[in-house]
Amino acid sequence: MSENLNEKNGGPGIPASEANGYVSLSARRQSSGKLGDAVFKGVSYAFALSVIVLMALLFIVLVKESWLSIKAFGFSFIYTSVWDPVAQEFGALPSIYGTLVSSIIAIVIAVPISLGIAIFLTEMAPKRLKGPIGTAIELLASIPSIIYGMWGLFVFAPFLSEYVEPFLIDYLGFIPLFTGAPLGIGMLPAGFILAIMIIPFISSVSRDIFQMVPSILKESGYGVGATKWEVIRKIVLPYARSGVIGAVILGLGRALGETMAVTFLIGNAQEIKLSLLEPATSISATLANEFTEAVEDLYLSSLVELGLILFIITFIVLALAKLLISRFSYKGGQL
Amino acid sequence: MGLHYQRRKLANYIALGVSVGSAVFGIVFLFWILKDVFTFGFAAINLDFFTQVPAPPGEAGGGMANAILGTLTITVLATAFGVPAGILAGTYLSEYGRKSKTAFVVRFVSDILVSAPSIVIGVFVYAIMVKPFGGFSALAGAVALAIIMLPVVVRTAEEMLKLVPDATREAALALGAPHWKVTVSVVYRGALRGIVTGIMLAVARVSGETAPLLFTSFNNSFWNFNLTEPTATLTVTIFNYAMGPYEDWHQMAWGAALLITAMVLLVTIISRIIVRGRAG
Repeated sequence: MSENLNEKNGGPGIPASEANGYVSLSARRQSSGKLGDAVFKGVSYAFALSVIVLMALLFIVLVKESWLSIKAFGFSFIYTSVWDPVAQEFGALPSIYGTLVSSIIAIVIAVPISLGIAIFLTEMAPKRLKGPIGTAIELLASIPSIIYGMWGLFVFAPFLSEYVEPFLIDYLGFIPLFTGAPLGIGMLPAGFILAIMIIPFISSVSRDIFQMVPSILKESGYGVGATKWEVIRKIVLPYARSGVIGAVILGLGRALGETMAVTFLIGNAQEIKLSLLEPATSISATLANEFTEAVEDLYLSSLVELGLILFIITFIVLALAKLLISRFSYKGGQL
Repeated sequence: MGLHYQRRKLANYIALGVSVGSAVFGIVFLFWILKDVFTFGFAAINLDFFTQVPAPPGEAGGGMANAILGTLTITVLATAFGVPAGILAGTYLSEYGRKSKTAFVVRFVSDILVSAPSIVIGVFVYAIMVKPFGGFSALAGAVALAIIMLPVVVRTAEEMLKLVPDATREAALALGAPHWKVTVSVVYRGALRGIVTGIMLAVARVSGETAPLLFTSFNNSFWNFNLTEPTATLTVTIFNYAMGPYEDWHQMAWGAALLITAMVLLVTIISRIIVRGRAG
């Protein structure tokens, strides 16, 4: 194909010898095109594979580096709660507990609000407000997590300890979850900041999924006289269910791995307390605080094992979210 | 009947009210955080902030010039490592792999890596670069950020390349251009705006990262022009200063917070405008 084209370009007025030269040039060019194709395809393939290799390496290196601790503590690492660098005894339970509980608090707060925002943006907001409000919510996601942490520590924690926590202790203190002193830092403040951080993720994915609900379904709801809320609850939400669950799990995955904001607000105490107002710790907070201080091999290895556990938990959670969301988008019809 | 209808209407208004309230909640926090970052931050920023290195602990004055340079260096290096690799991998997904098994696995793994805990990436790079080579370095920090960037760029590049219609590719192929040339001079050109936007967002995102830098580039109170030495960054400095005991440090941390936030927001908003320009 390219040969013909070039010959034509060469034109009839050119002497035979030169034309021949041109043909061989074009042949060379074609073979260089083939070579170029092979190289380009090979290189891009290699980089695509590098993503998979990277994931595999992550696992292998983390397991290798935590081997010392895995050998020393075995499974008891996961369910014991002594974290004593001096005695070289390490149990991950307080960190794992803190990671899970702070993330659950975040989900409990963030899910209703995110769904409310998604409903507002898809079903209620006037067209002129949709764009700016959607953008504003998504800007929340672009603020770096260290800013959340710092703001949380200097502004939000004092606010909580002055106005919110005394109120919780006075009126809900009979529930063991809300006892203790109003410190402003602890499990609940960390979970609350996490909630604000994951709201943009859950709400923007849910919004996209709500938009895929066929309008003919909603219209038939309105046609039989349903109110807006009834259409949302009985048509939109059931249709979008698996996608919304995926969005929530995606938010959970984000919350589990979040580091800086939690480190600032959770209080960094290696203990398990029932009260959500007490200082606690999480896997990522323990890593951020102690990793550079760990000189002993076993200490470092235990910290890496914490990282490995976090990686495995988030891997499972995110894989689940991905499966749920992608199944939904296939049903919604792809190109 | 009337009562039943009233109840349904009431439930409707309550639900809609709650949903408006949710949107207000989100916006209130956005503006609350931005207001504090801007007011506290502006109070801390002066010429010294951009030209001086940090003063010794407890002493007034000083600046963050070294941290600003550090953040720039590490981000630029990370972009240089992560973006070409990501674009090529994205090219494979959209031009060659498409529906193949490899492409499916790469997409799946990328999507998980996008949301993987960044602190774990820090631990990983510590294990492969800091520990064996005997020290924290700007290079290790850049590698950590590049790893965080890679999956973001892969997925954005693929999405943007896929927007170029197949008919355009076929037209170029029919003219006799080899496949790679079609990709480079037709497909890339068509997707340029989207890819640049995606890269800007990825750069903005990693420039605000802290966790992966804590154990890789670490920190430094002085100028450092050596890529194999510990290097200060704005974000790690914020972490150390905000956690520290001095009021002065907190001031400086707010200044750095303003700088990072303003930069990230600016890039995000500009790239949104670019995207909207294309849609319109």
